[in-house]
Order: sequence, then C-alpha cells, then structure tokens
Amino acid sequence: MPTERLLMTGEDMRRVISRIAHEIVERNRGADGLVLVGLQRRGVPLAKWLASAIQAFEDVEVPVGALDTNLYRDDLTSRRQPMLRPTTLPVDVDDKVVVLVDDVLYTGRTARAALNALMDLGRPTQVQLAVMVDRGHRELPIRADYVGKNVPTAPDEQVRVRVDDFDSVDEVVLVVEREVPA
Amino acid sequence: MSAPLLIRNARLIDPSDGSDAVGDLLIKDGVIARRGSANGSVPDGTRVVDGTGMVVAPGFIDLHAHLREPGGEDKETIATGTAAGARGGFTTLCCMPNTTPTIDSATVVEFIARQAADAGSIRVLPFGAVSRGRSGVELTDMEELARAGAVGFTDDGNPVATGHLMQMALLYAGQLGLPVMDHCEDHSITRAHSTGSGQGLGVNEGWVASRLGLAGYPSAAEESIVARDIALLELAGGALHIAHLSTAGGIAHVRRAKERGLRVTAEATPHHLTMTEAWVLGAHGRGSPDEALGAASYETRAKVSPPLRAETDRQALVEALADGTVDAVATDHAPHTFADKAVPFDEATVGLSVLETALGSLMGLVHGGALDLPTLVQRLTAGPASVLGERYADLATLRKGTPADVVLFDPDESWVVDAASFASKGKNTPLDGETLVGRVKLTVAGGEIAFDGLAS
Amino acid sequence: MTTRAPVEAAPGTSVAPRRHVLDLDDFSASEIHVLLDSAEAMREVLGRSIKKVPSLRGKVVVTLFLEPSTRTRVSFEQAGKMLSADVINVGETGSSAEKGESLLNTALTLQAMRADLIVLRHPHSGAPYFLARHLTSTAVVNAGDGMHAHPTQALLDLMTMRRHLGSLEGAKVVIVGDVLHSRVARSNAFGLAASGASVVLCGPPTMMPLDLLRPGGTPSLPNVTLEPDLDAAIEDADVVMTLRLQAERQAAGMLPSLREYTRRWQVNEARMSRAKPGALLMHPGPMNEGVEIASSLAHGGSSQIEEQVTNGVALRMALLYQLLTGTEERP
Repeated sequence: MPTERLLMTGEDMRRVISRIAHEIVERNRGADGLVLVGLQRRGVPLAKWLASAIQAFEDVEVPVGALDTNLYRDDLTSRRQPMLRPTTLPVDVDDKVVVLVDDVLYTGRTARAALNALMDLGRPTQVQLAVMVDRGHRELPIRADYVGKNVPTAPDEQVRVRVDDFDSVDEVVLVVEREVPA
Repeated sequence: MSAPLLIRNARLIDPSDGSDAVGDLLIKDGVIARRGSANGSVPDGTRVVDGTGMVVAPGFIDLHAHLREPGGEDKETIATGTAAGARGGFTTLCCMPNTTPTIDSATVVEFIARQAADAGSIRVLPFGAVSRGRSGVELTDMEELARAGAVGFTDDGNPVATGHLMQMALLYAGQLGLPVMDHCEDHSITRAHSTGSGQGLGVNEGWVASRLGLAGYPSAAEESIVARDIALLELAGGALHIAHLSTAGGIAHVRRAKERGLRVTAEATPHHLTMTEAWVLGAHGRGSPDEALGAASYETRAKVSPPLRAETDRQALVEALADGTVDAVATDHAPHTFADKAVPFDEATVGLSVLETALGSLMGLVHGGALDLPTLVQRLTAGPASVLGERYADLATLRKGTPADVVLFDPDESWVVDAASFASKGKNTPLDGETLVGRVKLTVAGGEIAFDGLAS
Repeated sequence: MTTRAPVEAAPGTSVAPRRHVLDLDDFSASEIHVLLDSAEAMREVLGRSIKKVPSLRGKVVVTLFLEPSTRTRVSFEQAGKMLSADVINVGETGSSAEKGESLLNTALTLQAMRADLIVLRHPHSGAPYFLARHLTSTAVVNAGDGMHAHPTQALLDLMTMRRHLGSLEGAKVVIVGDVLHSRVARSNAFGLAASGASVVLCGPPTMMPLDLLRPGGTPSLPNVTLEPDLDAAIEDADVVMTLRLQAERQAAGMLPSLREYTRRWQVNEARMSRAKPGALLMHPGPMNEGVEIASSLAHGGSSQIEEQVTNGVALRMALLYQLLTGTEERP
C-alpha cells in the first residue's frame, strides 16, 4: 500500500506563490514584458495563481499561456501514452521574458522539452523556470530560477502537487510505494 | 496382391441390403471373401484386425473432387489427391474437368487413367466437360469421352452457360445414359458486383457479407439455375445431377421434381452440411454480429462457391440429406496453395480441401442426432453410386464376391485437424485446429491397402 | 478476436495502446473522445508558422496506396511529416505490385525494412485485416478498404461534428446516397453509435445492404434506421452527410438515371432547410457537384467540407502519434 506524507498545505503553497511572485518581479525589475507559461497540466493553474499574485501587488495583468510538452518528449516509446493537451499562448513570445511554470522539477526532461517547444513558437529574450517542488535527481544540466520547496527524495518516491482545479484540494504530498516503518 | 485381411467383431453397415450387424469381414484376392460369422477357416498369412467398436462400410465414393491434374499440379496431383482420398476413407473419386487442358478430349481422360494407375491407390473416374474448353458454346465429343472412361459431364466451376446448351447436353448425354452435373450459379447475379479480382464471390448474401463489406452471393443465384435445369430436364429428358446444393430454395425445387418422378439427383458437401456463413468471420464459426472484427476475420479458407450459407439453409440441407432429397455427400474437394489464399478475401480462390476431414465433419451430424449412421453411410456409398448408374453398384456393397472397396472407421475417435499433415497438397481448410470425432482407420481399394491408420 | 478489446477509460486519462486501426467497431466512446482531444491539440501545431514537432523522429511510416487517392494519401503524408516521421509513399505504379508481387510479400518486405507503420489503401475489403494477421512488428492503419471501412475518415467526421455540436450524444446524423458501397458510411455508423448519435440512412434501395432492408434479419450495422424519402429523413437533422455517387453504378444497372437520382436524393437548399437551423453539411469528397450535392451548397455557409480536410490532417497526426508512441506501461 502506498503511503502519503504531507509536505505542504494549501496555506504553505499560497505563501510560496506569493514569495515567488515577488522574486519574479524583483529579478525582472517589474512585470512588463513578462509572460507566464504553465506546463500542462498542473503548471497551468500554478501559472494563473502566480499571475493573480503579481496583479495583487503590482497591478499588472501578466499574460498566462499553456504549453504541452508531450510532442517534444524523448521518452515516449518507453512509457504509457500521455494525453495531449492544448498549447495556447495569448501573446507572441518574441522579445518577451517567459517564465515557465511547473509543479515538480525532477529529471529535467520536461523542462528540456518545454524549452524546445517554446523555441518552435517564438524567440523570447530570456526563459526562466519556476517550480513548486524541486525533488532532485537531475539527468540534464537544468536548474530552476524559482523554487517553492526543495524536497530530498528517493527515486521510488513520488511528489504529487495537487491543485484545486483538478484535485479539489491544494496540497503537496510525498507518496511512498514501499512500507514505511512506523 | 496384399495378404488376406480379416476384420473381426466390427459393426458392418451395408447399404446395398440394409444390413447393420456386428460381425467379421474377410478380404482375399481383391474381393470380399466372407462376411458375417466368426466361423470359418482363416487362410495362412491373414492379417487380423480387431474391429471392436469400429464400423466397416463400403469405401466412400466422391462424385466431386478437383484433383487439379493436368495443369494445376502446384495445388494437387492425382497421386496426392488419391492419397488424401484414401486417408478420408474414399475408394472412388470422380474428378472434375476444370483442368488445363480441360477434360474435353479422350486424350486427357486417358492421361488421367494412366496417372491414377501409376499412383496405384484408389479409383479415379473422370467427369468430362459439357462444352469444349468449358467455354459454354459447343458440346464436347461426349460419346468419345464416355468410351474413354468419362462417367458424366459437367462444366463445374461454371454453370452450364445457357438454357439451350443445357437442353442439348441433357438430350445428348441422356442417350448415352450419363448424367449432366451442373454447378448452379446465375452469373448475371454473382458477377454484377465485380470486384475486379477475377475470382468468384465466396460469401453468402446476408449479415456477414454486409458486415465485412463484401459483395454477397444470394441464394437466388443458385435457386434460379436449379429451377431452370429442372424445367429443361422435363423438356429434354436425360439425367440431371445438381452439384453442391446449398440453399433451402434449391432443395425445395429438387424435392418437388423428385416427387414428380423426374430423374434429378443432388449432392451436398460436408462443409455446407456442417458450417455456416459465420465461418467467414474467422473464429471457427463462433463470431457474432455484436463483436468487433479482428485480424482473423475475412477467413479466406472459408471462401467457397457456392458460399457457406445461413443456419436455416444448413438445417434444410441436413434434413434433405436425411430424407433422401439429397442423394449423396460429395466433397467438392478444392485444394489450393498457400499463396492462393494468402491474399485479401476478394482475390482469394474459392474452395476447401475436404477429403481428409469429410467423415469427421459428417460424424458431427450423427453424434448430434441429426442423422443416423446407416443413412450417412448410404449417402457416402450407394447414394453416389446410384448417380453414376447401375454398373457402379458393386462399388457400394459388402456382398461376397464384389470388389473389396472397404473402409474401417472409428466413429468415436476424437482427433485434432492438422492441415500441415494432410496428404493433400491443399492445406486450405478453416477446420485446421478443430477437434472432430470420427476417424478413418483403414481403407482398402480393390483388395489393396490404400491407407493404414491403425498403427498411429 | 479483436485487435484490442475496447477499454473504458475515464475521460482525461490515457488509454492503453492499440496496435492497429482497422475500423471503428472496436473503439469505445472514451477512446474516440481521447483521440479527438489529441487531434484538437494537433490543430494548434497545424496553425503554427513552423508546422513541425519532433515526436516521431526516427519512425518510418509507409503509405501503401493500391487504389488511386490523392487527398487521403497526402493527408497521411503531411501528418507524418509534421510529426517528423520519415514518410515513404508506395503507389500502384512503379511498385512491385505492378510486377505482380503479392500484397503479403510487399508488406513483409516493408516490415523487414523496419517500417513502423503501414497506411494501407486497397480496393478489396479486408486487406488491412489480412496484413494485420501476417505482420508481427509493423502497425497497420486502414486508409480505406474496398467497400468495407474508412476509419480515419469517420474519425475526422466525428471530430468535425463534435467541434460544432459540442457533443454527439443524441445527435441525428443523416447519411445519404450509395450506402451499399460506402466504406465511409459503414465506419461512421460504428463511430456514431459508440458516441451516442443516431444514424438515418437514406438512398436508393438498390444501394442499401439487403440485410438492412430485410425485416427481422440480423443487422450488420448498429443503431441505424432507414428512411428512403430524403425530405422525411432530413427532418430535424443535426448533420447531413452526402456520399459520392460513382458514375459506374448507373452502367451497372443500379440507377435509372442521374437525373432521377438527383431529383430524389440530391441534397439541396430546400432540403437542407428541413434540417435543424445551422445543421452541418458534410461530404467525404471528392464531390460530384450537381449530383449528390447542389453546387450552391457545396461552397455555402453550412458546408464543412474544407474543414473536414483540415481536421483530417490533425486527426491523422493524433492517430500516428498514438500508435507510434507509448507502447509500454511505465515501470
């Protein structure tokens, strides 16, 4: 039986979103020229969440897009068929600063695919990466610019970020497949 | 000459006198030497076979087999075809004239007789063509063919092309005392939906054909030619034999004609008696309308002309066999190569390899209670002999002194069809892998062992 | 035996991989749903200035078209190329088929050359099933077989309908014309039945499968009714699909005259006005304008015929993507 351990409550996540929103605006000296692009699927509500956080203190409406990376993955023949979801960019990303938003950073392969996908869609001046959880075990030279929480994990564990839109709850949990000593 | 053979304690079924009793049969010097009681001397060197639980009958006579030689030796030869016949319990095969060249001259008849003699297995009696080259125009030299050994006439594969030609054939063959066999198919119906493949239709018009998107071969295409031929028989006289009858409507025509005393006979194949159109869906006939098709659908090995019909037709055919409307079981053994069948359905040749599965299939009717065993034996022996005429009656009896054409079979042995092990070159049967109950153990033709399955 | 038993997957989840696409009779509603969702995502790629993604890099797709066709072959070719597959076109002429090589040997040769997928168009019903039976490592997609099936055409039709109607549940779809010889009608009937739509078939009795006309017979198509009168059939329809009339049918004695056919079964403006307002008009192409469809309608507002073509590419991208990726469960 898999067991779950709570890593972040909804309240923790809200604080993290607020902090990352500030970090993004601080680092980019404002919110002009920013585009937040969520990676399908749970990166999309997180990107919207960030945008509303930015609007709350900066009074700028940052455009939010959605990007599906499946067509750019390098591991499709070795895993279960993924669902394709829409890619929508509300504005042209040429000469913009794009912040990719995802729930979990793990091997880095999704981020790699996202970079390739984004390059086919335009030429941003800069691309940054924001994630709710960095769980380590990178297989590519990729790091996040904004991290909600660093969580050391074992490869047989999973980190699940749940968002209200899809899961009716905001929380982050660690799922352990093996028996955990009490 | 083989050593004498004594089969002991078997059920002896002889349709020529209606007898059916357990006893012994002694074969010596090519004839049936003794039948009945266990008493009497046994000659020295006699092979003695225990027939307990088994059936002895006259060797089966097949009115309708395609032996393919000359011209189609890749599919079958007279040697392989007769070996297959022997394994199926047949001691006489009537071969069809759709060879290359056609059996439309004495030369070809004589060639076949020579090949059969060389093969040295069972009897081969050729049918000659009705029309030269089976082209449906001119009659063949029927008297010359008969003198050379042809036992009847047919353009099988094709129907006798026109009513006029049929009328002439019945008149002319009738005077010779020989039957005209017809493959009843109205080409104006079955060739209207040409697939461009050059091959005939091989699926019944009905839900299976519609489901598969194949042009269906309607019952009416058979029934209309059966009706035509019977009307012409009444006009011209002679003897008419309907090949591979497959439809309830065709049966009704034959039954009425017989009631009126017309000289019409009919045959049915083991496959039309035991299988339906559902076999074309693959899955050994167990497909249903609600199932998705799969890679095994479009079973070209079940493609045959006339096609496997609806269950109601099949039941009508079994009834007609039981009540004598159908005189004979004939195999329409039609061997084809792997390549002939390893193509899309429309492009596949028609026909099944039947000789080695015939008895096993037909025994299913007996075990299922649809037919009694003596009737089945009659339809495989005396029935077909009567179509050929009085002079072949001795091939269908266990009477003392007649040629020893005899089969020994176990009616209850269960076995699995393995087409790869057929003696026939034609492995084209959808029954491959199917379990049948009833198996030939020994075939004796003219006193010689043609097939010995007792060791296995 | 089926290629793969339909699996009921919850909407939004991935589905178990299938090997071949031969017809829609083994597709569940959810599999169709998932596939159409993927096709919608592919439409975005079609709208880009750089119309190419790398998903099928290193995959080999062979279009084996043994019957003349331009639009379906080009649609598959374009779909494969946009996904970065290598697409090789083998046609009737110049191929070994012309030299009398059997379909089986051609396909086995392509398999030995490590083709990942063969898209087969063939004049004879069941040819793709035959390939599926004999190929061990190469997938088969049916691009139209004889008068049997044309599953990708039906899927793109379903996609077009779903885009406009939202859902196919309860929709009334009228299919008009030569149903007997139509692989498009047959595949649509299965796809529409799975999607909860009802189908009305309309056309000359000489061009209907006899088993559908025969009362009490075993029906070969699910969920269809017959209505020979087009005016009655079209009443309150959500979708009207008219089929191509092959000129040779008249020569084969199946039709009195084109004039009579046109008078009774041509879809025209007056007849379309009996359908629901905004009803869709579809045609699998190529059209005989002025025969099965009035010229004015073919290019009118309710016609989805050009959109069908665009959706066809997106749908085939989704299908190739589904068949050539994700072959195993994640450990």
